[in-house]
Amino acid sequence: MKICVLVKQIPGSEATFNVTPDGRWIQESGLPFEMNESDIYALEEALQIREKMGEGEVFVVTLGPDRCQKTIREALAKGADRAIHIKEEAPFCTDPLTIASVFTQVIREENPELVLSGLQSDDLGFGQTGVLIGEMLGMTTATLVVATEIQDEDIRVKRELEAGWFQWQTMKLPASLAIQSGLNTPRYPSLRGIMTARKKEIKDVSFNDLRNVDFLQSFKKLSIQHAEKHTEMIEGSVDEIVSKLVNVFKNEIRIN
Amino acid sequence: MMDILVVLENKSGSIHRMSLEAISGAQQIGEECGLSVGILALGENASALAADASQYSVEEVLYLENENLNSYTADGYSAAVAQVISAENPHYVFFGHTYQIRDYVPRISAKLKRPFLNDVVSYTVDGGKPTFYKQSFNSKLVSELQTSGDGPVLVSFQSAAYSSENIQNGSASTRSVNVDLDASVIKTTPEEPFQKEAGGVDLSKADLIVSIGRGIGKEENIPLVQELAKVIGAELASSRPVVDSGWLPSHHQVGSSGQTVAPKLYLALGISGAIQHVVGMKGSKNIVVINKDPDAPLFEIADYGVVGDILEIIPKLTEALNG
Ligand SMILES: Cc1cc2nc3c(=O)[nH]c(=O)nc-3n(C[C@H](O)[C@H](O)[C@H](O)COP(=O)(O)OP(=O)(O)OC[C@H]3O[C@@H](n4cnc5c(N)ncnc54)[C@H](O)[C@@H]3O)c2cc1C
Ligand SMILES: Nc1ncnc2c1ncn2[C@@H]1O[C@H](COP(=O)(O)O)[C@@H](O)[C@H]1O
Repeated sequence: MKICVLVKQIPGSEATFNVTPDGRWIQESGLPFEMNESDIYALEEALQIREKMGEGEVFVVTLGPDRCQKTIREALAKGADRAIHIKEEAPFCTDPLTIASVFTQVIREENPELVLSGLQSDDLGFGQTGVLIGEMLGMTTATLVVATEIQDEDIRVKRELEAGWFQWQTMKLPASLAIQSGLNTPRYPSLRGIMTARKKEIKDVSFNDLRNVDFLQSFKKLSIQHAEKHTEMIEGSVDEIVSKLVNVFKNEIRIN
Repeated sequence: MMDILVVLENKSGSIHRMSLEAISGAQQIGEECGLSVGILALGENASALAADASQYSVEEVLYLENENLNSYTADGYSAAVAQVISAENPHYVFFGHTYQIRDYVPRISAKLKRPFLNDVVSYTVDGGKPTFYKQSFNSKLVSELQTSGDGPVLVSFQSAAYSSENIQNGSASTRSVNVDLDASVIKTTPEEPFQKEAGGVDLSKADLIVSIGRGIGKEENIPLVQELAKVIGAELASSRPVVDSGWLPSHHQVGSSGQTVAPKLYLALGISGAIQHVVGMKGSKNIVVINKDPDAPLFEIADYGVVGDILEIIPKLTEALNG
């Protein structure tokens, strides 16, 4: 089985963001970048499906600037067979339909039976790229996937519903699945994996060459979130903080 | 004909809480922008849901019944709703940002080639037109969204962006609508939904909660917080990554895919404050946040905040409370 995994590089959750002067993006220099969390689980699921079936190919596709090489190498080191890097230069696209249509051009040519993506990217947070691609390629789609079982022409997946409910569904292949975190235990790259990753193919293609639709949506302006509540900040040395917290617990919140 | 169409979600025979919030948002935006509001119910109970929705102050309520929509599938729902949107041609289509909406609305966006503004938290009005905002970059930034082209814009609202308590009552007419939906469109066979067997603690009844996030660092540090929870007499809770990593069983998880809690004290240790966590705990009476990142979004809803290292603070706090 041929499996495509979308792997995105995003700024880590501890990053401090400053907005660029034009208000449309963040200042990237000095930010920590890492693989998007649900994509880590999507990649692991693909590798496990390949291992369970005893055959097949896993290739990853990443859209983003040069810095994404690091994330691509990490995916290859974990065991992906090869990668396609859709290179993008700033200003970055913030239109999910355009992003998806660019992905579909690359994926259509490869004709995979399964496309796995993360449920949501932690930076743009559209939560729709995998589903858009599935629809554009005439595949079945499912989101919030927390288990997969391949069955000949079909795939049976378990979906997370709200409030602790779940549901299995059987879908025709080819399918595009958006993976929810926690469904497996992602591996770390082995030393051997890191060595062999250097020899694996990364094919570069250009976003601008593939872009064939107009932007229908964009981030016009980014700004910092404003506080909803007045927060009393507790400051000082660790010992001072601790004694102030004890005071708040006992005398303000009255925990006993 | 309506300018804003709100699509309802059927939740075990009644209107989903977040669909009611979307109706409330539509009424508010409709009033400010001079736009009329309609509602669409679909699926097995569509006419009953429509009758229920007709008590609200809207132009009209549409209902769509079709044997291929009796069980939810993304294939069937996206095809059907796309057809209704094309026929009615509203300016906006509103949804609550539920798990079901995540699952099928992007397909409508691709079918109609129209944008889907997801997880919207607020709007402003300029020249009689709404501009929508969503959170981005780990909930640390808000982005103003811009759309172009002609035709409907799909918008889903984040939980609690609007309150269903503000919904205006009235009396609306109902109208049956049809779509052309061939059974062959549906390539998905759903099974019966089931609930994970209840286990562990019911955190919704807890008075005091100590909750940990990924900031706890590793499994070996869990006993540190267990001890703190014990001296406080609190239940232990966590964010999703702690459960995903296998450090705590899933019944400890608070948030949109875990439990909803409202204790007297919610002590959040090393939790960043993603919306999916916040929806599960923002009703807490006193929220105390300790995080080493001063920009962590959870500080925005904190009553008390400490910028610091939980691994340093937790043992000392346990000791001080013990003494
Ligand atoms: C559909 C969907 C459903 C979801 N459901 C849920 C849900 O039910 N519950 C839930 O929690 N999440 C849920 N999530 C995930 C959610 O989006 C976030 O990824 C998650 O809440 C982040 O958890 P966290 O804050 O523990 O981790 P992170 O975001 O990684 O934050 C860790 C924090 O710890 C701080 N930190 C690190 N080290 C220290 C230290 N030594 N001292 C002090 N602070 C430190 C960091 O500054 C950071 O702020 C869901 C996501 C989706 C898309
Ligand atoms: N630029 C990108 N590069 C690689 N994968 C992406 C990119 N954008 C989106 N994806 C994939 O689509 C998923 C959902 O992203 P989003 O729709 O932005 O929330 C992510 O978790 C990735 O798997």
